[in-house]
Amino acid sequence: MPISAISMDESLAKLEKFKREVMQELKAPPELSVDDQLEIFRKMALIREFDTSVKDLWKQNFIYGLAHAYLGAEAVAVGACTALKKGDYITSTHRGHGHVIAMGGDVNKMMSELMGKADGYCKGKGGSMHIASVDDGMLGATGIVGSGMPIAVGSALSAKVLKKDYVTICFHGDGGTNQGIWHESLNLASTWSLPVIFLCENNQWAIAMQYEKASKNPVVADRAIGYGIPGVTVDGFNPFAVYSAVRDAAVRARKGEGPTLVEARYYRYIGHFVADDERYRDTTTNDPWAEQMDPIKRMREYFISSGTADEAKVNAVYDSAAKEVQGAIEHAKAAPEPLADTLYNDIYSPEFVQRFGGEL
Amino acid sequence: MSRTLTIKQALNEAHMEEFERDPRIVILGCDVGIRGNPFGLTKGLYEKFGGERVRDTPISEAAIVGTCLGAAATGLRPIAEILYSDWITIPMDQIVNQIAKIRYMFGGKINVPLVIRAPVGAGGGQAAQHSQSFESWFSHVPGLQVVMPITPYDAKGLFKTAIRGNDPVLFFEHKRGYEIQGEVPDTGVDYTVPFGEAVVRREGKDVTIVAISIMVHKALAAAEILSGLGIECEVIDPRTIYPFDYDTVIKSVSKTHRLIVTHESNRRSGIGAEIVSQIVERAFEELDEKPVIVAGLNVPMPYNRTLEGIVIPSEEKIKHAVLQMMDRV
Repeated sequence: MPISAISMDESLAKLEKFKREVMQELKAPPELSVDDQLEIFRKMALIREFDTSVKDLWKQNFIYGLAHAYLGAEAVAVGACTALKKGDYITSTHRGHGHVIAMGGDVNKMMSELMGKADGYCKGKGGSMHIASVDDGMLGATGIVGSGMPIAVGSALSAKVLKKDYVTICFHGDGGTNQGIWHESLNLASTWSLPVIFLCENNQWAIAMQYEKASKNPVVADRAIGYGIPGVTVDGFNPFAVYSAVRDAAVRARKGEGPTLVEARYYRYIGHFVADDERYRDTTTNDPWAEQMDPIKRMREYFISSGTADEAKVNAVYDSAAKEVQGAIEHAKAAPEPLADTLYNDIYSPEFVQRFGGEL
Repeated sequence: MSRTLTIKQALNEAHMEEFERDPRIVILGCDVGIRGNPFGLTKGLYEKFGGERVRDTPISEAAIVGTCLGAAATGLRPIAEILYSDWITIPMDQIVNQIAKIRYMFGGKINVPLVIRAPVGAGGGQAAQHSQSFESWFSHVPGLQVVMPITPYDAKGLFKTAIRGNDPVLFFEHKRGYEIQGEVPDTGVDYTVPFGEAVVRREGKDVTIVAISIMVHKALAAAEILSGLGIECEVIDPRTIYPFDYDTVIKSVSKTHRLIVTHESNRRSGIGAEIVSQIVERAFEELDEKPVIVAGLNVPMPYNRTLEGIVIPSEEKIKHAVLQMMDRV
């Protein structure tokens, strides 16, 4: 075993600290009906099933390039996007599958895209790292850490100038918080009181770099004070906690009071991407987190222990999601490959191509 | 009817008229508002259209440009101003990896009606970090358009085309060209200048000179002198670097059989190399002489006036290149 970036003792200590300082009891806010809660669970299950299948499909060569799974983070995207209205926008990270599903995207189109097929969201030209379901308000994933930040600020600027009521969630990771553009974006958006919610998915790992080794103060939300905006840390394994924080931030944003920095802290207890062998850490240190914090598991326990839904109902919802993903896999496998004559499409607008021709 | 304006005035008018025409247009940049831009390009804009659309920003070029992209993707038609084009290196990730690629990556779902305006060019002792022209960098990137007007008429007309289109534009004005004068139609005459259409600024039968930006005026001055020596140069102003009008150049070379390309940015991997390579590929048989590039020297711009003068290509260098090509040296 080479040097591990984290020991079992360190991981356990972190987990205990998380439980003490961040973990929140699963308790649905009163405005979320049982159906709403089951819909949250269904989307989380879709993400779980989708991204669990991705690694296998990659190993089997059905998925060609890079893919970063949203496993363990299901509560963040789904909790956050449940607080949105139709017409709201989000920007994504390189870990975008969960964001598409949370915005109500089509898993068939997403799986087709991951397999590089012509009927995928990006016509087979984007893949996992550039997944986008623009019609659902998901303005796209990006392969460059932090680079989506100002796009969200711009979307919020449009809302303000065009006097529209929508808000934009800017999803980003803990790694992104140490890019210069992160600072610039928070500064600009807060200075102009733009309706944007900066949602940091703090999974505590930037590939092999732990956040507390990359930042003197490991609490992302503390940085909000530097921009004169509210900052809050919530349990990122808990969709209701994320929902509540984003709901409040959205109210504030729609009132013209500006951005909020929401830190949804969780823990990436899987590899960074499908091909990550995690040689930088002893993978058994992931196990306590997976066993004790798994958001799907916690939601199942919540439904049953609170009497919100019985086991049969919870299983039925989960199984329907699993079936949908199986359908998506079959769909994508059978979908057509893009043709070479589409290669130059969409570099420029149709008007440009009409004027200057195809091959540019 | 027309009147004489400077490029600076023409651009100012273009901003005013387009802001009036389309409420979706906004501008973001350092000192574009109350100060009206250091060269006065946006003078009066803030007073007329207010701070909501004319936005003075912090010194955050990456955020200025990236925010404009997000705004463009969601219904506005933004202008991002970079005070000096040298600093366009700061938002480079946003331009190259986001703006140029977002339509393609996302399946054609996103329009990018976005203009990035920046003064380019050397002269005046502004040294290494305030003198550069990066047109070749951006013409290299699929998804971008690069525009370099050098007459008031073109500055106004190309700006209007840029801001009305749905593809991103790098709009490079030469800062030594702001005071250049020329005829511009009266206000109220709404005209545009299309991209990808070069203009023959002077006709001639002996040598084709393709001149970029400020070099158009130097080439015209050289051509005037050379005409006195019995050599007639055809001077072509491509106006847009991408899309580039090769047809006009080929037509000219088919007449003159000689090609000189001149640009102020330094020569190595410059746009001149691309133009020459295209003409060699497309019209080799028309060339009687090997093509020549007259460009800036491959050094960071020095501060000293004499050294600076050596680096920046002059009308004298163009004249010399023509004479050599014509075996008149």
